[in-house]
Amino acid sequence: MKTIIVVGNGMVGYKFCEKLVSREAGKQFKLLVFGEEPRAAYDRVHLSEFFENQDAKALELAPMAWYTQNNIELIVNERVTDIHRSKKSITTASDKEFFYDHLVLATGSAPFVPPINGIEKEGVFVYRTIEDLEAMLSYAEKIKQTNKQGKAAILGGGLLGLEAGKAVMDMGLEPHVVEYAPKLMPRQLDSRSSNVLKLTLESTGMHIHLGKATNKILGNGSITGLDFGEDDTLNVEMLVISAGIRPRDELGKTCNLKMGVRGGIVVDDKMQTSDPNIYAIGEVALYNQMIYGLVAPGYEMAEVAVNQILQKEVLMQKNIDMSTKLKLIGVDVASFGTPYMPADKGLSIIYENKTKGVYKRINVSHDGKTLLGGIMVGDAEDYSILHQMYLNHIPLPENAEELIVGARGDGGSPFGSAMDLPDEAVICSCEGVTKGAVCCSVLEDGNETVKAVAKATKATSGCGGCKPMVADLVKESLKTLGKTVKERICEHFDFSRQELFDIVKLRDINDYYELLDEVGTGHGCEVCKPAVAAIFASIHNETANRQETIQDTNDRFLANIQRNGTYSVVPRVAGGEITPKQLIAIGNIAQKYDLYTKITGGQRIDMFGAKLHELPLIWEELIKEGFETGQAYGKSLRTVKSCVGSTWCRYGMDESVSFAVAIENRYKGIRSPHKFKGGVSGCIRECAEARGKDFGFIAVEGGWNVYVGGNGGASPKHAELLAEKVDKATAIKYVDRFIMYYIKTAKPLQRTAPWLEKLEGGITYLQNVVINDSLGIADELDQEMQALVDSYKCEWKEAVETPEIRERYTHFVNSDETDGNIEFVALREQKMPREWA
Amino acid sequence: MISSLKTYKTVTPDQVKVWFNAAPVSKFPKNGGACIKYKDKQIAVFNFTREGRWYACQNLCPHKMEMVLSRGMIGEENMEPKVACPLHKNTFSLENGKHLNGGLEAIATYPVKVEGDIVYVGFSE
Repeated sequence: MKTIIVVGNGMVGYKFCEKLVSREAGKQFKLLVFGEEPRAAYDRVHLSEFFENQDAKALELAPMAWYTQNNIELIVNERVTDIHRSKKSITTASDKEFFYDHLVLATGSAPFVPPINGIEKEGVFVYRTIEDLEAMLSYAEKIKQTNKQGKAAILGGGLLGLEAGKAVMDMGLEPHVVEYAPKLMPRQLDSRSSNVLKLTLESTGMHIHLGKATNKILGNGSITGLDFGEDDTLNVEMLVISAGIRPRDELGKTCNLKMGVRGGIVVDDKMQTSDPNIYAIGEVALYNQMIYGLVAPGYEMAEVAVNQILQKEVLMQKNIDMSTKLKLIGVDVASFGTPYMPADKGLSIIYENKTKGVYKRINVSHDGKTLLGGIMVGDAEDYSILHQMYLNHIPLPENAEELIVGARGDGGSPFGSAMDLPDEAVICSCEGVTKGAVCCSVLEDGNETVKAVAKATKATSGCGGCKPMVADLVKESLKTLGKTVKERICEHFDFSRQELFDIVKLRDINDYYELLDEVGTGHGCEVCKPAVAAIFASIHNETANRQETIQDTNDRFLANIQRNGTYSVVPRVAGGEITPKQLIAIGNIAQKYDLYTKITGGQRIDMFGAKLHELPLIWEELIKEGFETGQAYGKSLRTVKSCVGSTWCRYGMDESVSFAVAIENRYKGIRSPHKFKGGVSGCIRECAEARGKDFGFIAVEGGWNVYVGGNGGASPKHAELLAEKVDKATAIKYVDRFIMYYIKTAKPLQRTAPWLEKLEGGITYLQNVVINDSLGIADELDQEMQALVDSYKCEWKEAVETPEIRERYTHFVNSDETDGNIEFVALREQKMPREWA
Repeated sequence: MISSLKTYKTVTPDQVKVWFNAAPVSKFPKNGGACIKYKDKQIAVFNFTREGRWYACQNLCPHKMEMVLSRGMIGEENMEPKVACPLHKNTFSLENGKHLNGGLEAIATYPVKVEGDIVYVGFSE
């Protein structure tokens, strides 16, 4: 049996093993792998995610068991120190000798550490391995103990540097990115796009210093700052170096393989070094006089080396695609082909919108027929298709600008469909999966979901950038089979939420299990139960008390469960208007039950730390004081936030508080696919932030402007203008219809902003439905809404007055004791739950 | 906190030494769960009324070590009965305690029997 030794267990070394053992002929070899890190290969591309979960296992490419199952001997924590080409053997740091028939060098690269005066000081790190990250993390903790506002610099504003900046930010330090060039990501971006990226990153709290050469690292023993010369300094307690990479080519040097002038082991298009028994792949290999620091070319090199060893004639391609797309701190950044070029090589079309932080550039050949490359910052949704057009030389449409600013007029995308691409188009460049392979996996192997296709073809399993395109291909391929991708809420109901809504309404069903028996299968789950509960509530306006076990926990106990299993209590304070007497009442009750109190973002008061059995007691007292439930726990109307309006404010155009109180009382208790919030501002200064809400009213000269479909949350969105300068009654009518239409057609847990985004025709279509009654359902929507408004009742009042419901509020059903697991610790004269273990 | 996990070990029907009289059937919501106390243990007991079955497991969710599983929604995935933790929707099999949507440690499960109007949970000590 012949032996292959792989030196290096990084991503590319691992990929070599994976590809070799997947081939029948590959099983004829004994495979021996050396890694100098203490663990098996992991996903370095997503290293910064380590900060979010601190879980090294999540980054693992394959568990240790995978190596054993595939008869691969993996020796970690062992560095290979010498190659003896004459006797075809290697020796390791612990002086053991191993013999090979083929040797594969996948030693990768090491961070380049520039020779700056003081670089050896404590607190200076490189950003490459999980161990580096752990060392940074514990140092950051140390800094934070003495200085809550600790700062850290990152040397290098390239792709990795910005990733490191994000990591530092996640550690709770203030990040300062220092770049020598006058722009960020100098290899991938032009100066204008770099500028847009800089502005967006700065708005997230990252500090960026461009055109700075670091002369010296200051500090006595440990770092205290950077010196840029001419009295220009930056005080920092930590430095992360991310100034590029250098190939780990020392093994090549010691055995006299042919080397590049500036490092790297020279390889040909077979990935062979100057010794035909030795291959080099990944970031250690110098191919075409270049080191390729991306994962996709590395994987391709692994594929070539595997084929060469198996004596198959597969060669590395001449031109290597260096296109990349990534998300940096939530900002899309992509560049493909030749990202920027002088005008004699091609012409560019540029779209820049600084208010939205979006920059797009495409470079087009002089005859306007082919795409040469481009850059996208802030919005890279169309990256995959543009990248494919570039790779496959697809002729450009007549108006090439439509590729980045969208087609004018209605209908039709300028791109056509992903199905128009040739079969050999590589969709997933990390794994080299073609469009043909994806479609074949659906059409011939019967894989009908993205997940199944990913499992079978490995597409999407690298950087994941091709996911939208694979999803399109799966959907379109299924269509050609006459199948559609059916939206179903879960395995128990083969229907979308909208279909279930219609079924419940038409058949007048109001019991979950009756619905399950009639149109579902099995016994239900935590996805369909609350979704159906919300549908019942929206149609019959019943409270969560009747079928309590199909409700999400918050609805079941009419309170918000908090970190330690206690609950918080929020009475309704419509429009944020509250009397001194009510404030005192809340204060007294909170004090009596020892609750932590805080003003919420929705202008009301939240009381935290109530134990389950205390909830009815607290509510009994609140109701006695005239309060009712605030439904802070429900997928329902939360609050209608208001500014003080014309009753007090010298700028106010109308009475925003009165309007907000009326609106909040109108929609209170209405349950919907997700929570929804409103806002009313008395003038365009917009102190109530009504445009950040699902619906908002702003008083203007001559009436109210009505906005819909905004939210804060993970992807903030401003609401869009539905109607201008209308009177109050009209404004309410339109919003009634908007909410009712949303309730009937949205998916479970879909807020109005994404719902509106997905609504074909967008705001114009919605205007037609609610203002012009284009569907002929306006009367129906009006009646349904009025029925909901008329049937409101306070579910907490119902709960405290009904003994069977009250009985649910006990921690043990066989003991009056309370949960002994709950512990509180002191916090600024109040209390909080003890930290999670 | 982690040590509290060790309090809970799966009991199979043949290991039962004590059938603990937990509470009358009426104390447990239909198609839902409630918590009982046995010595220093908190046990979540689930009444799968629709299937006519009962299950029990530790009330402690191994994710964040809070005593909350009894308040979770119950359901079924590929015919395997499960409970979803109310805090982060981790789901656990009630047949064998396995974490169904992730890699947390399995939770301990306990046998349940109903005689007459009384629910009994089986313990080995």
